[in-house]
Amino acid sequence: MGETSIGERPEPDAAGEGDGVIVTRSLTKRFRGGQLAVGGLDLTVPYGSVFGFLGPNGSGKTTTIRMLLGLIEPTSGTVRVLGRPMPRAARSVLPEVGALIEGPALYGFLSGRDNLLRYDAADPTSDPRTRRARVAGALERVGLTAAAGKKARAYSLGMKQRLGLAAALLRPRRLLVLDEPTNGLDPQGMREIRALIRELASDGTTVFLSSHLLDEIEQVCTHAAVMARGRLVTQGPVADLAAGARGRLVVRTPDVAEAARVLKEQGVGDVVAEEERVTGEVPGERDLADLNAALVRASVRVRGFGVERASLEDAFVALTGEGFDVAG
Amino acid sequence: MSRAETAVPGVRWRWTFGLFRSELLTTLRRWRTLALLGVLVAVPVLIGVAVRIETGGGAPGGGGGGEGPAFISQVTNNGLFLVFAALAATLPFFLPMAVAVVAGDAVAGEASAGTLRYLLVAPAGRTRLLLTKYATVLAFCLVATLAVAVSALTVGALLFPLGDLTTISGTRIGFAEGLVRALLIALVVSASLVGVAALGLFVSTLTNSGIAAMATTVGLLITVQILDHIPQLHALHPYFFSHYWLSFADLMREPVYWENLTRNLGLQALYAAVFGSAAWARFTAKDITS
Repeated sequence: MGETSIGERPEPDAAGEGDGVIVTRSLTKRFRGGQLAVGGLDLTVPYGSVFGFLGPNGSGKTTTIRMLLGLIEPTSGTVRVLGRPMPRAARSVLPEVGALIEGPALYGFLSGRDNLLRYDAADPTSDPRTRRARVAGALERVGLTAAAGKKARAYSLGMKQRLGLAAALLRPRRLLVLDEPTNGLDPQGMREIRALIRELASDGTTVFLSSHLLDEIEQVCTHAAVMARGRLVTQGPVADLAAGARGRLVVRTPDVAEAARVLKEQGVGDVVAEEERVTGEVPGERDLADLNAALVRASVRVRGFGVERASLEDAFVALTGEGFDVAG
Repeated sequence: MSRAETAVPGVRWRWTFGLFRSELLTTLRRWRTLALLGVLVAVPVLIGVAVRIETGGGAPGGGGGGEGPAFISQVTNNGLFLVFAALAATLPFFLPMAVAVVAGDAVAGEASAGTLRYLLVAPAGRTRLLLTKYATVLAFCLVATLAVAVSALTVGALLFPLGDLTTISGTRIGFAEGLVRALLIALVVSASLVGVAALGLFVSTLTNSGIAAMATTVGLLITVQILDHIPQLHALHPYFFSHYWLSFADLMREPVYWENLTRNLGLQALYAAVFGSAAWARFTAKDITS
């Protein structure tokens, strides 16, 4: 259906293009004043994935999310969500999309329940007859039933975050766009929200999740994309991204110099001696037990010996050449 | 699979009304709106009590009637005149200020609270949301005017006699007819606020700060009122939204003198069209970054 004679890039208006819930092509946003927020973004979010969207502050994540939802008009390029062009098809696309954008925004003088009733009333396709029941269901789902009658002003940050999530869950959605959904939650709350995300994903909802917590992405996401300075650095299955950065052999010992010498002798590459520990590349062929035996034979006092798993963070640093701003 | 596909498009009208109802209730539940309405209700009480004290022991007919708002000298004879006096006293400033605050806050207030982005991804639809906002501000014009009128009528009935009244032209009309005129006047006064409402809504689409939008609209209101009193600018006066405001008194003439009344309503319609279109053009093309 999507085949065109122009080239391998699908024509933006071709029906059933690709198989992404979200497909952007050369998406670019330049704000007034010429500042480039997002440049040439080609993003493909597969159906049914939990897609992690990573990047340091100011890398263009939020601008991208706002373009996906029709809040910001792209300078050039195209966005298709659920197979339809945005922002043109916003009226038919957005009722099927739940969103949490840059934290929750609530009417402080209204109760949690009234906040949800108002957001639901704003959707012209939602059924007013089932409104109260759906609001009650959404509150239940995020654990706010007991606080539903309280003014939103009195909510803690975590409760506001939950209420924002509840607004995204007012009706069954095919896509959830969640910007930092666990922000402000305590560890227990984070676990609950992650469990909720997994549950939604297992129902077939595609989840597009932006986060600065790399372990969150590793725990929850099947796919991820990394942005830096307005450009897409990489995207793909999380397992592939993490595999790009390999694990490291770590030896804990007081005899650092001697250990480093032995490891080099045994053919371990990129040996780095640090205080009380030596790290190096995991050798491909050799049995790690032999390495340990060689160390002991050389009278190196070994306190610990093992392989540190490569994290997405390592992959991230390797890709962007910069640290991750955890403060965001 | 999705609910949207099973929805019946024909029922949309009721849902649009649902957003309007939500909008109106939300507006009326803000403490700011309630405070404004409280001030508007208090003005007739103050006028009524002041007139009552002033004329308490003295002769009816109330002395130096040349000062103060129109109609005030007649209040002691007939409590119904307190409605006209109160509307004449609040129309130059209190009423339009209340409308300017509500209209200025309409879009900008949601933008600064961040709730605008959630309404738009709900999706409220930009045109639909703006129309709902304008309809709500217009409803507030009516509510605010009626708050003054009903308060004045209540205070007038409690403190002063009611009965037949004398029109500005000197003829006498019955109390029932007087009530009808009072209602008509209230409607004309609230229609006089349509221009300020449209102006405020337009200003509201220009900024992401509710306070800035409210202050700008109230500032424009005051500026126009001052300019309207500078004789050298008389060529511009007919285009100021406040210029014909006090023409509502012409409804108390016998026969009614329509010329300035229709000019006023025409001018308000012009403001609504111009600034309504400007607000629409701005709001539908705006990048929502708040």
